[in-house]
This record gives sequence, structure tokens and C-alpha cells, in this order.
Amino acid sequence: MDEKKRNEAYNRYVKAKIPKTKAWPSLFNSFLVGGIICCIGQGVNDLIMLWFPSMAEQTAWAYTLIVLIFIASFLTGIGVYDKIGKFAGGGSIVPITGFSNSITSPALEFKHEGIIYGIFVKMFTIAGPVIVTGVVASFVVGLIYLFI
Amino acid sequence: MKKNQTVKFRNKPRIVGSYSIVGPKEGKGNFAPYFNYVMKDDSFGEDSYEKAEKKMFEHAIVGAIENAHLQPDDVNLLLAGDLLNQIISSSYAARNFNYAYLGLFGACSTMAESLAVGASLIDGGLFDTIVCATGSHFSTAERQFRFPLELGNQRPPTSQWTVTGAGSCVLSNNGYGPRITMATFGRVIDWGINDVNDMGAAMAPAAMDTMLAHFRDTKTTPDDYDLIVTGDLGKLGSEILIDLMEDNGVKLGLNYNDCGQMYYTRNQNMLSGGSGCGCSATVLNSYIIDKLRKGELKRVLFMPTGALMSTTATQQGESIPGICHAVVIECDEENVDKYYKKVSTSTAYKTTKGNRKKGE
Repeated sequence: MDEKKRNEAYNRYVKAKIPKTKAWPSLFNSFLVGGIICCIGQGVNDLIMLWFPSMAEQTAWAYTLIVLIFIASFLTGIGVYDKIGKFAGGGSIVPITGFSNSITSPALEFKHEGIIYGIFVKMFTIAGPVIVTGVVASFVVGLIYLFI
Repeated sequence: MKKNQTVKFRNKPRIVGSYSIVGPKEGKGNFAPYFNYVMKDDSFGEDSYEKAEKKMFEHAIVGAIENAHLQPDDVNLLLAGDLLNQIISSSYAARNFNYAYLGLFGACSTMAESLAVGASLIDGGLFDTIVCATGSHFSTAERQFRFPLELGNQRPPTSQWTVTGAGSCVLSNNGYGPRITMATFGRVIDWGINDVNDMGAAMAPAAMDTMLAHFRDTKTTPDDYDLIVTGDLGKLGSEILIDLMEDNGVKLGLNYNDCGQMYYTRNQNMLSGGSGCGCSATVLNSYIIDKLRKGELKRVLFMPTGALMSTTATQQGESIPGICHAVVIECDEENVDKYYKKVSTSTAYKTTKGNRKKGE
């Protein structure tokens, strides 16, 4: 029997054997935690608007993001965010808090390799590709927008 | 006719001393009562996890020598390996000892590789006393192969948890203890699995290949062994192995199990089980050797598997090759347990410090 056929057959067999992740409970956890994070964001924004009535709405949103990013970074630092992530999956990755976590966690991890070669170099190992994809995608969309 | 892969030892070298050290999570697992030492926290008082892993190695080596009632100077050769790039944990630990050193890499199969090589060297009369040591650390393996520890991601159900732990044993022709009677050196087998989260499926064909070669070369069957144990195939991998063996006409019964699958309790929820060099090394040097010494097991086929992958190769689209070495360990005497020195860490640690080369 040739190897390619054997490998394909084996891959098919393994694929059938792998235990499947349960979709509905995972989705429920994701939306629950994601929703809670969004509610916290809205709450923070409302509080800022209440305490600083003269502030422009745009500026208030920026401060809200800063607060959320700080909270996520802090929770990463004390080792809580990865536990939330384990439970919530996409629910805690997609919001900006997930982005904050993806930058803080490598920075923490590689601090033993020094500030420049450790923290600075490794900080964007996970977030970097996201930023690149975002920039390229917005460029493409902008280009399309220019012509229609 | 396939070539013979199995070596039968004439002098049957003995495992005269053993030592295992594990992290706190492993210390709550199923093998908890058998470990020599459980670390209170997995950084082991060091400022990085790599240094902690190196320190575990030092402890394991010194502990095993002490357990065998030997002096540090009695050892001729150190065989060690681990998972990190350039096997730094074992090599860096080796600089604190005055022994000739061979670094081995067989991924998670390194324990069997070192036993097989060590037993061959002793059997050939080339060395008297050899120390074999392997280990792994969850946090160092995770950062090298996967993601930062604090990243909030989910693991797929096939993923395994790298065991934090190191195990070491002393091989010698003299003394008491279980004997290594045969060793089967494995071939590198790759059946085209690409998923790095599914090591069990990538390594199962290698385990099958070595197991078939072993039974063929030695003319034994699974029933000839009290325990057949693979290293870290995990829950999924060991199920696959049972299926693959059945396809080849060999039925694995209740005497077959997998270290990774047995390692953690159900409540610890470690998905497919434990993995890493430390997985098979700590189980061998605690549970299995303990049972052999007490006469509760007579004949064990120990066959840890290794996935010989690197992140670079997998990112370039290569599939994951696997390897598996098998070692047969037998104990023909009753209750040899009394010959060994009980080793606590405090003494082991002092000896490590005292054993450092002058000028360091």
C-alpha cells in the first residue's frame, strides 16, 4: 500500500475519533462573558459621561477603552484573565480586553530575557499579526471605497 | 524479512537507584504517593522556569545516586535529555557534575532512549555506573511550543498538559534492583498528522511499529508482561494504539495503559492527559520501579513515545514524525525495597551544592 493512501486513511480515522467540542455550551459561555465585558464597558462610559458632563462623547469612549485595557492587563498580571479565557473562549478574546491580554501575556512571559530582547521584541508576537491584518484589510476596504 | 531492532542484554544491567521530583499540580495527581519530592511552587525558588527545570534535573540526578547508596564519584557517565532547544536543562545541569556526558534527544521518549543506550554501554562492559535523567517543565515547554502562560485561550480536547517533573535512575552491574533485560530501538514513523494539538495521534503509529517489532523480535505476546505502558499518548492516542494493534492482530488487554492518561485525576480536567519527557520519567522512577522493587510487578514493557517536531518545521507545513523506544524491565527478586536509601530533598539539595565543581 502506498504511503499517501495510508496517511490519508489514517488522518480520516483520527478525525472521526477526535472528541468534538460541544458547540452550544461553548457558545453560551462565550456570549455570556463577552456580553458582561460589553456591559462593563457601557457602564464605565456612562459613569465617565456622568462625572465629566463637559467631555465630548468621542473622548469619553477613548477613556473607556483605556479603562478596559487597564483592567484586562491587570487581570492578566494577577493570573485571572487566562482562567476567564479558558471558560469563555472567544467571548474574552474578541473584545479589546482580549487584545490587551495578548500583549500583556507575552510581555510577562519573556521578561526574563531582558527589557529590549525580551519584553520589547516579544510583546507583539500574538497581537502583531492582528494589527497587520487590520491595517491591510482597512487599506483594501479603503481602496474599494475610493472607486465606488 | 525485517531487520532486528531488539537488543537482548547478557549481563542484564540493574536499576540500582531512582528519584522523581514533580510540580505541585502533578503532586495532586494519581501517582502522588509515589513521588520522592513534590515542589511547593513550580518556579522552585529560581527566577525563571528554565532555571527551575535545570534545578529539578540536579535534584533528580543527586537523589538517584543517593538512593542507590553510591557516592557522587562512583558515576562514570551521565545520559540526559529534555524538550528545550539545544537540550539546555540537561546540559546546564550537567556542568555541575564531574561526569562524562551524552546529551540525548528523543522528545518525550528520552527516558527509554537513555535507558536503552545506558544499558547497552554497561552490558558491553564499557562503563560501570551510568545515570539516566530526563525531565520537562510545563511553563518552559508551553512558551517554546505554544503560547504565553497568561494568554486567555482555550485548549482543544485532544491537547495534553506537559508534566512538570524530572526523573532519574542509576544503572549498574552491581547491587540490587530490577534488571533491564531487553531494549527495542524504534524507527521514526510519520503518518502525516499535522495537528500540533494532537500529539497522541501523531505518535501512536510509532508506538505500534516499535511494539510490533518488539513482539516479533522477542517472540513474546502482550500476555507475557504484567504491565505494558506507553509514555504520553494520552487518552486519544492510547485508544488509537489499541485500534492499530488490533488491526495488526495483537490484542492489548487490561495490562496495557498510558502514563499520560493515568497521570492526572479526573477532577484536574487535563483533557487528553499528561505529556512531556517528565511524564514517563516520573512515572517510571516512582510508581513502576516502586512496584518492581516490591515484587508487585515482575515484568514491565516500558515504551515512551516522542513527537520529534519543532515549531519551525510544523509552521513550514511538515507533518509530525514520531518515535518510540521500548525497554523491558524485570525483577526476579522478592522485596528488594529494603536495600535503598530513602531520600529527602534537603539532603539531595545539599549534595548538589557540595558537588559543584571547584571555581564555580
